[in-house]
Amino acid sequence: MDIETIKSPENLVYAKPELMNDNHMHYCPGCSHGVVHKVIAEVIAELGLQEKTIGIAPVGCAVFAYKYIDIDWQEAAHGRAPALATATKRLLPDRMVFTYQGDGDLAAIGTAETIHAANRGENIAIIFINNGIYGMTGGQMAPTTLSDMKTSTSPEGRNVETMGNPLKILDMLALLNGVCLATRTSVHTAAAVRKTKKLIKLAFENAMAGKGTSIVEVVSTCNAGWKMTPAAANDWMVEHMFPYYPIGDLKNI
Amino acid sequence: MSEEIQLMKGNEAIAHAAIRYGVDGYFGYPITPQSEVIETLMEQAPWKSTGMVVLQAESEVAAINMVYGGAACGKYVMTSSSSPGVSLKQEGISYMAGAELPGLIVNVQRGGPGLGTIQPSQADYFQTVKGGGHGDYRLITLAPASVQEMADFVALGFELSFKYRNPAMILTDGVIGQMMEKVRLPEQRRRRTDQEVREQCPWATLGKTADRAPNVITSLELDSAMMEKNNERFQAKYRVIEEQEVRYEEMQCDDADYLLVAFGSAARICMKSIELARAEGLKVGLLRPITLWPFPTKELRRYADQVKGMLSVELNAGQMVEDVRLAVNGVVPVEHYGRMGGIIPTPDGVLDALKEKLIR
Repeated sequence: MDIETIKSPENLVYAKPELMNDNHMHYCPGCSHGVVHKVIAEVIAELGLQEKTIGIAPVGCAVFAYKYIDIDWQEAAHGRAPALATATKRLLPDRMVFTYQGDGDLAAIGTAETIHAANRGENIAIIFINNGIYGMTGGQMAPTTLSDMKTSTSPEGRNVETMGNPLKILDMLALLNGVCLATRTSVHTAAAVRKTKKLIKLAFENAMAGKGTSIVEVVSTCNAGWKMTPAAANDWMVEHMFPYYPIGDLKNI
Repeated sequence: MSEEIQLMKGNEAIAHAAIRYGVDGYFGYPITPQSEVIETLMEQAPWKSTGMVVLQAESEVAAINMVYGGAACGKYVMTSSSSPGVSLKQEGISYMAGAELPGLIVNVQRGGPGLGTIQPSQADYFQTVKGGGHGDYRLITLAPASVQEMADFVALGFELSFKYRNPAMILTDGVIGQMMEKVRLPEQRRRRTDQEVREQCPWATLGKTADRAPNVITSLELDSAMMEKNNERFQAKYRVIEEQEVRYEEMQCDDADYLLVAFGSAARICMKSIELARAEGLKVGLLRPITLWPFPTKELRRYADQVKGMLSVELNAGQMVEDVRLAVNGVVPVEHYGRMGGIIPTPDGVLDALKEKLIR
């Protein structure tokens, strides 16, 4: 059988989403961001929302998210994405507005903007990448860094006595009446990617239906920042991150 | 038909003018002495009439970033605050300048530093015209001296900020914000349609249509050569604004031997001071910068060949006086007179200072 026969459409099980462009990605090999970008691009296309979607990129590793998915984007100041999204959705209520934020952006410097946008029940989707570390700046401690986890600003491990406990911000957000979906997922296996895609689709549908704020937390790896191979990082995430940040819905109404 | 003249506070005039101009969104946070702006908007409920969005944000930081988001959509969006709150907005203003976003910020100044006082001040001149936020950028700055100008400069601020894709500020203070005067509000304009916004702002993030590439609003450029090109483009734009958008008012300057230079509420006081001076036979004029950036540098330089000295009168320790001195470049003496802490100079006090510092 030659390669052209094998490449026939009926054999196609995996393809680049039509909204992903050919720009070379800056993410490290093994990073979760690329997978989540792909899922978002697929969902936007499947929902037919390309002309209606406005993405808000964060400060952090995903600062260049706008380079990879062919939709309109705004690049926010650090932590302010939910404020931009609030105004954008209020002024353009028939558009689908989502933010894409890391743990430092959403759960440290942007805590106020995140909580108040969710408390107002802004009809936006928040995709929250939690890898427990600051990747872009070179592996510093994040609000979600696990207890005893070593980073460049907690070289002896996070001491919760002096550095605070890892912040379960999704649990806080789930308490708010404005939130319709607060769910935690991952992208480390094919099944997990499929599940994540369903949840992001639900979040985008919620935003369009005006149901309130949807937050999809993707518990992720940062193999470069964690100083592990991609495979070891996946194992470490399952072993250490999942017990503290359990996968599943906290709220889905 | 008789003219529609109303009596209101400067802060209220800002709110009414915003609705009349067809502003799409206001995002603010309460702070004295400007809370009447958002209170008036909430009372007027323009979402029922024009469809304007009015939202009380969780902080000044959030409010200015809402303005950033709304401006990125090509909308007429604005915020207002007072000095401590405007310090918090500097992040967003810098990002707007970097992303070349239009938008209107109103600063009803109070005294500082820190929490300072809720009484009027002009101590944010440096912050406004010399940067405020980080990076090489300029903020188009309008200084109203009456309630009428508070209303008029809403339209002017939006026009200039959209013409140049640059944020604009109305820099006023607690005197102009709180005092009541007659004002003639503009006619009600309708808000632009989505299609009109797309045509006026082809860069706006309204959703990517099939006929164009994605629009991206960002201030980020990691390639130094590209970033320098961005900086050069901004600077070229600023030079055009300096060339074309200077606004000022001259009062009794033609035969003046001495010139008072003052903006906003200080200029109102100086209007009385020149009357008192003329009654004593002193030929004193007033040059009132209306745009603080761009600054009327050339005009002041021209008067340096005519007058014997200039007195910069400000509600601060001496800020604009530096720009007056730069303009005059040593040709004649330039002195400063000001009060701080919320104390308002009197017309007599200004005249006495003029005599003491320059006439002697």
